[in-house]
Amino acid sequence: MTWVNVLVQGVLLGGFYALLACGLSLMFGVMRIINLAHGDLAVIGAYLVWVIVNQTSIPPWIAALLVLPVMWVAGYVMYILLLERSRRAGMLVPLLTTFGLAIVIENVLLQIFSPDDHSLLSSTGTLATSSVSVGGLSISTFGMLTLATAVVVLTGLQLFLSRTTSGRQMRATAEDPDVAELVGINARSVYAKATAIAVTIGGLGGIFLAIRQTFDPSTGPTQLIFAFEAVVIGGFGSPWGTLLGGIVLGLAQVIGAQVNPQYFVLFGHLVFLAVLASPRGGILVRRGGTL
Amino acid sequence: MIRTQGASLAGGFRVQRWTRVSLAAAAAAVLVIVVLAVVPFLFGADVTEQLTALLIFVILAVMWNALAGYGGLISVGQQAFIGLGAYGTIFLTQHGIAPYLAMVIAGLGAGAVAVPASFVMLRLRGGQFAIGMWVMAEVFGILVTLDSGLGGGTGISLNGLDVFAPGYRQAYTFWLTLICTTVLLGTVFFLLRRRIGTSLQAVRDDEEAAASLGVNVVRSKRVLFVVAAVGCGIAGALYLANTLFIQTTSVFGVQWTAFMLFMVLVGGLGTFEGPIIGAIIFYLIQAQFGDSGAWYFIGLGAVAIGFALFLPHGIWGAIDRRLQLRLLPVGYTLRKLRPMAPTVTDDSATDA
Repeated sequence: MTWVNVLVQGVLLGGFYALLACGLSLMFGVMRIINLAHGDLAVIGAYLVWVIVNQTSIPPWIAALLVLPVMWVAGYVMYILLLERSRRAGMLVPLLTTFGLAIVIENVLLQIFSPDDHSLLSSTGTLATSSVSVGGLSISTFGMLTLATAVVVLTGLQLFLSRTTSGRQMRATAEDPDVAELVGINARSVYAKATAIAVTIGGLGGIFLAIRQTFDPSTGPTQLIFAFEAVVIGGFGSPWGTLLGGIVLGLAQVIGAQVNPQYFVLFGHLVFLAVLASPRGGILVRRGGTL
Repeated sequence: MIRTQGASLAGGFRVQRWTRVSLAAAAAAVLVIVVLAVVPFLFGADVTEQLTALLIFVILAVMWNALAGYGGLISVGQQAFIGLGAYGTIFLTQHGIAPYLAMVIAGLGAGAVAVPASFVMLRLRGGQFAIGMWVMAEVFGILVTLDSGLGGGTGISLNGLDVFAPGYRQAYTFWLTLICTTVLLGTVFFLLRRRIGTSLQAVRDDEEAAASLGVNVVRSKRVLFVVAAVGCGIAGALYLANTLFIQTTSVFGVQWTAFMLFMVLVGGLGTFEGPIIGAIIFYLIQAQFGDSGAWYFIGLGAVAIGFALFLPHGIWGAIDRRLQLRLLPVGYTLRKLRPMAPTVTDDSATDA
């Protein structure tokens, strides 16, 4: 029974990683940019909700609804001010600038909020701690909510990309920006929108992070690494691959922790490296299309 | 390409590598090394310690630039090798090897680890390589933390150097650092001047095109990857010798990448001279503002972004463009034979 429980925990944790990872995956799919500040942007989302909840009596889920539009704008502004120029300067420059941005964000947060731990756990009532009992297993309600959110977000993203005009434009631009421009798509605005979506979903992931664990200004890089591992394990650019990758990572970590609590992170890394070393280099590697 | 060196071409052009200025600069570099070598005789242990720290930064900046500026490999995980060098030294001294010898072996050992690692990491490109390296550094950090013999997460001191009086110890460490800096920079310098240097820049600029022209892309990258690992490993070992105490969080920390990125971007990505200048600037900034905590890092990050966006070839790149100055040439200069005529340069090292 312990092991069944472990598997369930791993799958639920995987939902959280998938949520963190989809923004990263979207930006890579559309722009070929890996945003090294993704984890820190998520942590900004966590801090914003924390500030609202602590300064006012607004409950966390309404605070989240207020914060997400802010994240959207932040993503848009980040594209215009930083990524647009970086992207045009060459393939490597976005890595340099987003890494610089990550350092700036972490230390601005450190300056404002001190290195102390914060959490939304105390202000979310029973949601974060309650669990449902199924056949002798106790399954965390919040874990299920996280996984469900990840599935909803991924489905929404998939539908957006395949059914809406904006989504089709995004796929066309991802495929070939020059040709997309020729048929009248404004690539710049498509990229800015993709960044805004990615940062918003990242912020949402940050809010879930703040409820499930404590966070501090240096939490971002670890989350970036986990998100990236989920994306790579699942195979770059495919939304359902990202979910699968997240679940594989979650399982690896939880199984590692079962072997020895110190192996939690290590097992995840090792599975990631094993996938990299494998001949295919990813579980669901999509041939051809980028999204 | 090399055969045409110094030869006259039709139309009155001449391809040359060494100019009068660069010969003078090379002579000056030798002079600087000689002057540095006598520093421990002239100044106290504190000056020697500071200069050791500076030279370690120079090694790190040159190695990171070799990867990023010449190989197109942005690594967020060179601390993997810094940590291996430092903890490798601890491990070897625990097994009875003399500390200074252990440092060199540990540095080479980091290179030995880089060989198998390169088979996984060099499959990755761009950002995937960047974070893949980061994960590798995290794994090494965790593995060291799990080993209580290496002090676990609480840190460990380097024993065995206390047989020397503090002044002598500092001087010996400095001399070893100076020798390593000279050898490592010399290795990178001559590597970049050979065929592989040209190959790597071709790979950096367009991997497919380079491969189609017969460049062995993976082998060229692997040589660079291993050399950079040895450099970072030795730098880590020397850092340990200079501070005598390390923790996994300090040597395997990603802040090393922030430092290297800053030095290389400010000095000049893809130039040989730039990272050396960047290291000196970084050293001065750290001495001035290193205690300012968060603001110090905010400043580093912001300046690095500014350089990446607005001055991508850094300070040295800007000087180079204006003055056509090559102090330590790894590329070639195309010159008109007529005296006083303006010179046209063709150095792929400065064209990205």
